[in-house]
Amino acid sequence: MKYQSQQVAKLYFIAAIGLFVGQILFGLIIGAQYIWGDFLFPQLPFNQARAVHTNLLIVWLIFGFMGAAYYLVPEEAETDLVMPWLARLMFWIFLAAGAATILGYIFLPYADLAKLTHNELWPTMGREFLEQPTITKLGIVVVALAFLANIGLTILKGRKTVINLVLMMGLTGLAVFFLFSFFNPTNLVWDKYYWWWVVHLWVEGVWELILGSILAFILIKTTGVDREVIEKWLYVIIAMTLITGIVGTGHHYYWIGTPEFWQWWGSIFSAMEPIPFFMMTVFAFNMVNKRRRNHPNKAAVLWALGTAVMAFLGAGVWGFLHTLAPVNYYTHGTQITAAHGHMAFYGAYVMINLAMISYAMPLLRGREAANSNRSQVWEMWGFWLMTISIVFITLFLTAAGILQVYLQRFSDNPMPFMEAQSKIVLFYDLRELTGLVFLIGLVVYIASFFVGAKEAEAKTDGEEVVTA
Amino acid sequence: MAQAFTKAMARNIFYGGTAFFFLLFLALTFQTHSVVPQRDNHQAISDLVAKGKQVWEEHDCIGCHTLLGEGAYFAPELGNVYKRFGNSTDAIKAFIASRPENGVPGRRSMPQFHLSDEELTAVAEFLKYVSGIKTSRNWPPTPQG
Ligand code: HEC
Ligand code: HEM
Ligand code: HEM
Ligand SMILES: [Fe+2]
Repeated sequence: MKYQSQQVAKLYFIAAIGLFVGQILFGLIIGAQYIWGDFLFPQLPFNQARAVHTNLLIVWLIFGFMGAAYYLVPEEAETDLVMPWLARLMFWIFLAAGAATILGYIFLPYADLAKLTHNELWPTMGREFLEQPTITKLGIVVVALAFLANIGLTILKGRKTVINLVLMMGLTGLAVFFLFSFFNPTNLVWDKYYWWWVVHLWVEGVWELILGSILAFILIKTTGVDREVIEKWLYVIIAMTLITGIVGTGHHYYWIGTPEFWQWWGSIFSAMEPIPFFMMTVFAFNMVNKRRRNHPNKAAVLWALGTAVMAFLGAGVWGFLHTLAPVNYYTHGTQITAAHGHMAFYGAYVMINLAMISYAMPLLRGREAANSNRSQVWEMWGFWLMTISIVFITLFLTAAGILQVYLQRFSDNPMPFMEAQSKIVLFYDLRELTGLVFLIGLVVYIASFFVGAKEAEAKTDGEEVVTA
Repeated sequence: MAQAFTKAMARNIFYGGTAFFFLLFLALTFQTHSVVPQRDNHQAISDLVAKGKQVWEEHDCIGCHTLLGEGAYFAPELGNVYKRFGNSTDAIKAFIASRPENGVPGRRSMPQFHLSDEELTAVAEFLKYVSGIKTSRNWPPTPQG
């Protein structure tokens, strides 16, 4: 850490991890409701607990991105953050607004929350991932503007680097496309059409710029590879992302009342979306192989390589699995979608956040470069437990999805939804058990912040590094 | 990557490619706007349907159900429920109104929302409107959704 103002990142990282725990606990609750339909009913209906699970996910990922930006931007720009006080203030506003909204989901019937926050004045609630009351959405916009101003001015003041520029474009895109959440026409086709401009253009568009730039930053820091090389890769990756991903939005326009031509545009372009993810994998391994030094923070390198692999598997492979229109005709809106959603979000956005936290936290806590060996061993156990769990969760949901498609949509005598679900409970049992292992992994991960905290830093063990 | 391929070239591909494909996407969106009115059943959108959509949203029905395949996967697809229920809004109203307060033991349950008769009619009319949207290949594949 070179600049005092980078310290604000720590707040954001701590909040992110705290909310992550909440996300997983609620994941386990809805996972249990999949098995015991009346679990916590009617006190906490599935939809409300699900909104907690998914909204906590989005919010903590955004906390993590903001923390990453507050750490990375000053370091790249070689200057202090222009307004650290604003970053602190916005942290508390965002946390308070987020917490109030989550408590509303948990303790109020959703309809009461809608009434309380006067949804009728500007109805934006009740759409997947956009369940937040309109007033919360407005709050998010305010926080985002203050955040963008803060890092934007810092970038303008200091050294201009490609990493900062790409990160800034990604974060600005995040804020801009969020504005479509305020557009909610009565005509369902248009509602759905522009809803995807938030959801798809986020995860398969601008968020990938954020992912790419953070990954590039970590690779520069941990491998010492020449910045020119890394920046060139970054440009090529994000070029492929947007060239394929923008028109790739069409893979959501197959069955919602939009015209047939989207089946061609959507299938062809989204079939190419795995390319940038694959390039990211090649990029990360290449840079680590060409490293000019061995960084003592082995855990951070593990997360960076892990995200490159798992993003490709979750987004690239599991995305491709159901993205062609003739396949999606059967899989649309089934457990196959949930399987993909879990591995893609985890691989791309959970892991890049944990990679950044892994790299930055030791420095923010006053270490030279890395945590002690013991702490890193715990962190790597957390890595493997969580990552292997998500792989199995994905596999079980995929199995559930294939059976669901067969029973309900493909066989000669299509079964009603509820009956088909009752036939595949076994896989929901397995998913829930694996979810418990995930939780254990998360606890181990958090423990790694405390064990070995007083021990000496890990050192590189004098391995020979061949410089190319 | 090879020396001949410079960072400036990569950057230009990024900006040029993004601009080009974003414009292409806008053009396709424009084209969509001209075709959708033939399929979106907008002539069925009345004040009642608009009210129904609001009831739908303010009770977060999408948090358990899919609608045209989007939403949550906990409860049946409702884009075609009007047809599944024998083209009857009354059947839909009766189903929603008759949910037991404490759920069905051991079974995934839908809350009792205590909707007024007007709200019930509105949300049922909304679901009827949705069932009239012409989806490609008449998705969903079977009446079971
Ligand atoms: C907490 C989850 C949940 C919420 C929220 C919810 N439902 Fe349901 N709904 C269910 C479940 C579960 C079933 C299946 C019930 C059964 O078969 O016993 C169902 C069934 C239905 C059915 C019958 C479908 C069929 O094919 O049998 C209709 C119609 C329906 N819901 C409408 C609605 C509407 C309208 C709303 C919002 C006002 C809503 N639901 C909100 C869980 C929910
Ligand atoms: C990191 C990147 C990605 C993330 C986080 C992600 C996440 C998700 C999520 C959460 C959904 C469900 C949305 C809903 O609730 O309706 C979804 C749907 C979908 N994704 Fe992805 N995705 C990513 C990348 C990709 C890629 C690269 C492809 C294609 C190759 C793809 C193909 C699809 C398709 C076809 C659907 C629609 C599923 C359906 O019809 O039900 N995704 N994605
Ligand atoms: C570890 C235990 C977990 C369990 C038991 C769990 C369970 C669930 C359940 C039951 C749903 C609702 C599916 C439905 O709509 O019917 C869901 C949705 C979702 N979860 Fe999880 N989850 C877990 C972890 C995670 C993690 C780690 C992530 C992020 C990486 C995540 C991201 C999501 C997303 C994005 C959705 C929406 C999916 C979609 O709409 O397709 N979950 N989860
Ligand atoms: Fe998508």
